[in-house]
Amino acid sequence: MKAFLILEDGHVFTGTSIGADREVISEIVFNTSMTGYLEILTDPSYAGQAVVMTYPLIGNYGICYEDMESLKPWPDGYIVRELSRLPSNFRSEDSIQHFLEKHNIPGIAGIDTRALTKILREKGTMNGMITTNANYNIEEILPRLKSYTTGKVVEKVTCADKETLSGEGYKVALMDFGAKRNIARCLNERGCEVTIYPARTKAEQIIADAPDGIMLSNGPGDPKECREIIDEIKKLYQSDIPIFAICLGHQLMALANGADTHKMKYGHRGANHPVKDLDSGRVYISSQNHGYVVDAGAMDPNVAVPAFVNVNDGTNEGLKYIGKNIFTVQFHPEASPGPQDSNTLFDRFISMMEVAKNA
Amino acid sequence: MPKNPNIKKVLVIGSGPIVIGQAAEFDYAGTQACRSLKEEGIEVVLVNSNPATIMTDKDIADKVYIEPLTVKVLQQLIIEEKPDSVLPTLGGQAALNLAMELDESGFLKEQNVRLIGTTSLTIKKAEDRDEFKKTMEKINEPCAPSKVVTTVEEGVEFAKEIGYPVVLRPAYTLGGSGGGIAYNVGQLMDILANGLRLSRVGQVLVERCIAGWKEIEYEVMRDGAGNCITVCNMENIDPVGVHTGDSIVVAPSQTLGDKEYQMLRSSALNIINELKITGGCNVQYALKPDSFEYCVIEVNPRVSRSSALASKATGYPIAKVAAKIALGYTLDEIKNAITGKTYASFEPALDYCVVKIPRLPFDKFIMAKRTLTTQMKATGEVMSICTNFEGALMKAIRSLEQHVDSLMSYEFGHLTDEELMQVLHRVDDRRIFVIAEAIRRGISQDTINFITKIDLWFIDKIAILVEMEQALQKEEMTPELLAEAKRLEFPDYIIAQLSGRKEAEVKAMRIENGITAAFKMVDTCAAEFAASTPYYYSCFGSECEVEKTEGKKKVLVLGSGPIRIGQGIEFDYCSVHSTWAFKKQGYETIIVNNNPETVSTDFDIADKLYFEPLTPEDVENIVNLEKPDGAVVQFGGQTAIKLTESLMKMGVPILGTSAENVDAAEDRELFDQILEQCCIPRPAGRTVYTAEEAKAAAAELGYPVLVRPSYVLGGQGMQIAICDEEIDEFIGIINQIAQEHPILVDKYLVGKEIEVDAVCDGEDILIPGIMEHIERAGVHSGDSISVYPAQSLNKKVIRVLEEYTRKLAKSLHVIGLINIQFIVADDEVYVIEVNPRSSRTVPYISKVTGIPIVELATRVIIGETIRGMGYTPGLQPEADYIAIKMPVFSFEKLRGADISLGPEMKSTGEVLGIAKTFNEALYKAFLGAGINLPKYKNMIITVKDADKLEAVEVAKRFEKIGYRIYATRSTAKVLNEHGVHAVRTNKITQESPNIMDLILGHEIDLVIDTPTQGRDKNRDGFLIRRNAIETGVNCLTSLDTANALATSLENQEGKNLTLIDIATI
Repeated sequence: MKAFLILEDGHVFTGTSIGADREVISEIVFNTSMTGYLEILTDPSYAGQAVVMTYPLIGNYGICYEDMESLKPWPDGYIVRELSRLPSNFRSEDSIQHFLEKHNIPGIAGIDTRALTKILREKGTMNGMITTNANYNIEEILPRLKSYTTGKVVEKVTCADKETLSGEGYKVALMDFGAKRNIARCLNERGCEVTIYPARTKAEQIIADAPDGIMLSNGPGDPKECREIIDEIKKLYQSDIPIFAICLGHQLMALANGADTHKMKYGHRGANHPVKDLDSGRVYISSQNHGYVVDAGAMDPNVAVPAFVNVNDGTNEGLKYIGKNIFTVQFHPEASPGPQDSNTLFDRFISMMEVAKNA
Repeated sequence: MPKNPNIKKVLVIGSGPIVIGQAAEFDYAGTQACRSLKEEGIEVVLVNSNPATIMTDKDIADKVYIEPLTVKVLQQLIIEEKPDSVLPTLGGQAALNLAMELDESGFLKEQNVRLIGTTSLTIKKAEDRDEFKKTMEKINEPCAPSKVVTTVEEGVEFAKEIGYPVVLRPAYTLGGSGGGIAYNVGQLMDILANGLRLSRVGQVLVERCIAGWKEIEYEVMRDGAGNCITVCNMENIDPVGVHTGDSIVVAPSQTLGDKEYQMLRSSALNIINELKITGGCNVQYALKPDSFEYCVIEVNPRVSRSSALASKATGYPIAKVAAKIALGYTLDEIKNAITGKTYASFEPALDYCVVKIPRLPFDKFIMAKRTLTTQMKATGEVMSICTNFEGALMKAIRSLEQHVDSLMSYEFGHLTDEELMQVLHRVDDRRIFVIAEAIRRGISQDTINFITKIDLWFIDKIAILVEMEQALQKEEMTPELLAEAKRLEFPDYIIAQLSGRKEAEVKAMRIENGITAAFKMVDTCAAEFAASTPYYYSCFGSECEVEKTEGKKKVLVLGSGPIRIGQGIEFDYCSVHSTWAFKKQGYETIIVNNNPETVSTDFDIADKLYFEPLTPEDVENIVNLEKPDGAVVQFGGQTAIKLTESLMKMGVPILGTSAENVDAAEDRELFDQILEQCCIPRPAGRTVYTAEEAKAAAAELGYPVLVRPSYVLGGQGMQIAICDEEIDEFIGIINQIAQEHPILVDKYLVGKEIEVDAVCDGEDILIPGIMEHIERAGVHSGDSISVYPAQSLNKKVIRVLEEYTRKLAKSLHVIGLINIQFIVADDEVYVIEVNPRSSRTVPYISKVTGIPIVELATRVIIGETIRGMGYTPGLQPEADYIAIKMPVFSFEKLRGADISLGPEMKSTGEVLGIAKTFNEALYKAFLGAGINLPKYKNMIITVKDADKLEAVEVAKRFEKIGYRIYATRSTAKVLNEHGVHAVRTNKITQESPNIMDLILGHEIDLVIDTPTQGRDKNRDGFLIRRNAIETGVNCLTSLDTANALATSLENQEGKNLTLIDIATI
C-alpha cells in the first residue's frame, strides 16, 4: 500500500506503508545511528516525534526483545528507506514489520530519506503527517501540521508507580522522565539499589527516602514545559544529595538554576557525536538524542560551569555545579544504542556518592 | 596538543613494488600523508623503490629517493639526509619491518632519529605473536587458543592438544604469506615448514580454527592524548577462513545488532589504547554467529588496505589524519576536510551501503588454484556504493570488468544438483555465482548457509536478485518492475536479455517513466552537515543532489578500474597527473573510477569524483548529468579505451587521439595499410578466426609464430607456438576468454625489444627516451627488465626508431601519448605493437628524464604544441642517469601458477634502479626487487637443449663469482664438457638426494631453469620452479636475465651505493 509523508513546508514523499495503517501528525526528526534501531524505537525521549533513520537498511538483525529500552516503542511514526525482508540474528525473536504493527505504529518506507534529512537540516525540524490516504488535501493538511505541538509528553512516558531494583550498594533514586532502561541497569550493575520514581514525585518524598544519590533521567519534549518538575528539582538541588543528570535531566537542572534552554535547528540524534571533557581535554564519542540545549553562557558561573562541550558545534554537553555534588550531561553515557566510551561517568557518580557518604 | 615543534624533517618510507598483499593502497596513503605533512611546513624525504607511484613525484615530497628498500640503503639515507623523524606507518608491512630493524639495531637512537606515528614497542606488541597474545590476555581480550612455535615438532604437538583444523600464521609477513589452514598432520607439517622459513623471525602461530565465524573489522584512530574513534566497521561476507583481502566485504556491518557492534567497538578501542597507537589501526575479529563470543584475529598497527577501503567508504581521510597525529595534533584539532565544519574526532555515519570485491588473477593464471584461503591472492579490488546492498553488489560485480555483469554469468547449468552441492563447498572466487545458481535450483537458504556459513541475510539478498532475474524473464514488463530492477542495479542490457527486449527499448522505457540514475554525496555524516566535497555515487529512485557547475570547461577523466596484472598503478599515475594538468589549465575535472586503493579516488584530486563502475551505461548517467565538454580515455589503460566508442555515441568529444585512430592501431588490416604507407616493416602476420586458418598462416610464415587475440591487455592469451598442436591448444584457450575479436598470427622474430613513449601534437613529436629490454623479444614488455637509455643501439638505429615513431604518430593522427614496441634484429627495425595511449613506462621515464610526460600530453590535447611549451621536438638528450625498471612477481602467493616468462604478462609490480652507471643501476634494480645475492653461493642450472650452449657462458660467469653450480644430467654434461665444474644432481623423479632436496635444503641462491617452448608440459621443470619459488629461492627462466644478474654481481659486490634524489633531475 502506498503511503505519503507530507511536511509542513509542503514537501510530499511517496513510499510504501509499513506498520499500522493509520494517519499520524508528528514532529519529524532524524537519527544517524547505523545500528540500534530497536533501542531508538523504545527510547521514551522520542515520544511526540516521528523518527527518520538516515541509515537506509533497517531491520537486518530483527527484534531482540531484551534490547528494548522501555516496555514499548514510543515514536508516533517511523520513516525508513528499506526494511529488511529477512531478519538475521541468533537472538532475533520478531521482525520489525510485525513489531510496528503490534504496537500500532504507522510508518513509511521506500522514500529518499537522505533528501528528507537534508530538508530537515536546512529548514530545521518540522512537523509532518504520515498517511495512506492518496486523496489527501494538502490545503487542509498544512495548517494542521503548522499548528501541531508536541505538548507535555513527560507525563505520558513516566512510570505509573515507584519500582525498586535491588542492590547491595548505594541507594539511588532515579527520577523517571522517560528513562531508558539502561540507566537503571548501569547503576544496578554497579551494585546500586535503584528506586525508580514517577516524574510527578515530590522532592520531599525522595529526600525523605534518604537516597545516597539522585539520578535525573532523559526524557522527551521541551524542558520548559516541565515547570512543576523544575520546582521539585530546585528543592533537590538544595538537599546536598549527590545528583547526576542525563539529557532532559541536565536541562531541567540548568533551568532550575536560572539558565535558559532553546530549541536547536535540528538537534543531535545519533551515535557519533564528539564531546570534550573540559577537565581532562579528552574527547569521547557519545550517543545523543536531544532537540533542546542549555545556553551555558547564560548560566551564572558561580552556580555552574561547563564540563563538556560538543566538538562539532560548540554547544553545551555538560555542567558542573559549583560547591555542589551535582554533575549533569546532555549526552547519553548509558549508550544503548551507541558508543560506551563515557560509561565511566556512572563510576564517577558512584565516587560522588562515596565521597558524600564519607564526608 | 599542538604540533610538535621538534619535527622538522621527516623520512617517509614507502611500500615498494606492488605485490599481492601490498598494492596501490600504500601509494594512496603515502601520497595523502606526504601532502598532509608538507601542508604543515615539514620537509619530507621520501624513499620508495616503486617508480609507478604518485608518491615518488617531486611535487609530492621535497626529496625523493627511488632506491631499494633495504636496511643498508635506509641507514645510508638517514646518515646523508639527517631527518629528525621517520614515519613508517604508511608504507605497509614493508615499511614497518624496515623501521623495526632500524630501531632494534640501535641505529635510530645512534643517529638521534625518532619513529613517529608509532613506537617500536607498539609494533612489537601488535606484530610479534607472543607479545600480542600476552597483551591481549592482559586486557582480557580473547584470542583463539594459540601458540607461537618455532619448530614443526612444537606445532604438531600443540595441534594435537587443541585439535584440527588449525590455522597457521607466520609472524611478520605480508598478505598472510605462508599461512593456511591445516586439517591434518600432513598438511600442518607442509604449511608450517614453509611458514617458519618465510617469517622474518622464524615464528608461526598455530591457532584453533575459527573458520565459519563472522569476520568483522574495525578501523580505529587514536591520537597522542589518548582520544579514540572508530572510522568504520566492515563485515566480510565470506566468513573467517578467507583472507580479508580476498573476501567480499560490506561496510558498515549488516548483520550485527548494536550490542555486538558496540561490544567489538569497545574492544577495538581497548586494544588501541593498550597498544598506545598514535595514528590508524585495523583490528580484525571473529564473531561466533550464535553467541556473543568473539576472538581478536589480528591487529595491524598501521594504515592498511582496509584503511584505504574505510577511507573511501566513509570519506574520512585516514592517512591524512594519521600523518597529522604523528606530528602531535589531537583529533579535535584536525578539521574534517569533507565537511569543513566538523572535526576529525567524530565517527562517520554512512547512509548508504558499500561493497568491495577482490580482483583475483585467475584469468591470467588459469592453472593456479582458485581456492581462497588465509593467504591473499587478489591483485586489486573494486568498491561500489549504493543505497541498498543488492545494488552495491551488482555495481561491484560489473566494476570488475571480468565479462560478468550479473549473478548469471558463470555457467553452472550443466551440473546436477548433487554436483552443484559439491561445488557449493568450494571456497573460491565464484562462490556467489554458485549460491545464485543453487537458489535458482530451489536449494534452501538454510542448506546454503549450512554449507557456506555465509550469513542468511546475504544469502537472502542474493535470492532477491535471483527472484528479480526470474521476474524479468516471466512477468510482464511494467514501469514498476523496471524501476525495481534498476533499484537493484540491473544493467539495461541484462534486463533486455532477460525480458527478451532490445537494450534500446529498455532504455527508452526507463526514460519515458522517469527511471533515471540519481547521484548522492558521500559526506561522512549522513547529511547531518552540509559537505563541501563533491564525492558522488549513483542510485535509482532518489533525488539527484549534484550541484550544477558551469563556467569552466569540463573534462571527464576515465580511470583504470581495479589493479590487475597488465593494468596496474601506472595508469592511476597517468589519470591523476592528467587531472592535475587539466586543473592547472583552468578546466573543471571529473574523475570516474571504482578502485578504492588509488590516489585518483581520493576526494581532493579532481573537482568531482564519481565512484562508479566503468561501463557505458554507468558513464552515460554521469555524462547526461555533467554534459562534459570532452573526455580523455588515453590515460586510463584499456578500461578507458574500451569506453571510447560509447562516449562518442553519447556525443562526448574524445580529447586527443580520435577513436578511429585508436581503432586503426588495433585493427590488423588498417594498421598494415598505415605501415605500408610509411614503409615501416613489421614481422609478417595474418589475421585469422579459426585454428585451421591459424595453422595455414603458420605454415606460410614458418614456425615459431606468435598467436594472440586482438584487443587485449598485458598480452593475455598470447603464446609462442612451435607446432600445429600448440596452435590448436592456444586457440582453444583464447576462445575461452570470450573473444569477439579476431586472432593474430605473427612470425616470431628473435631480436632486441625496444620501447618508445612519445607525445605528439599532430605535427611534432617529443620522445623523452628510448628503452631497451634485457630479455629478448618473446617476454612480455611488462615482465622484461627495461633499460633507459638504450645501451646497445647504434646511432643509425636510433635515428630509424625516431623516424618510425614520428611517422606512426603522424599517420595515426596521435594527439597526446603513443607507446610503440619495436624489435631490432640485425640492425633492422620492426614494429610489433603500437598503443595510442599512455603506457606502464610513462611514470618511470617521466621521473628519470624530468620531463612531465602526462602534463605535456594533456596540454597537447588541449591544443598546445610541443614547441609552444618550450621543447625541441624529437628525441630528447639523454639524462645523466641510467634507469632500470625491474619487474616484480607474486608467484609465491599463487599456488600452481607457472612462473616461466613468456608473451603473457605475469608481474604484479616493478622497481627502479637509478644510478650514474649501468652496473650500479642494475644492481640497485635487482636489490630493489628483493634479489639480494650472493648468500650461499650455490645455484642450480637446468636448461632446455636449445639453451645449453648459451648456458655455458652464463655458468662460467657465475662460477667466476664463486658460485658452486649444480645441474641435472644433460645440462651438467654440457657444462662439464665446456669447462664448467658443474655438480651433477639427480632429477626429481630419481632417488634422493635429488634436485628437490637441494632446493628444500635452503642453501641455494638461485635456480636458472629455461622452460621448453610454449605451454609447459615438462612436469619436472614446473615442479622445480614452483618449489624454488615457494622455498623463497630466486628463480630465473630467461638466460638474458641471468646474464644481467651476473653483470650486476660481478661489478657491485661490496661497493657502496650512491643515492639519488630524483627531485633534482
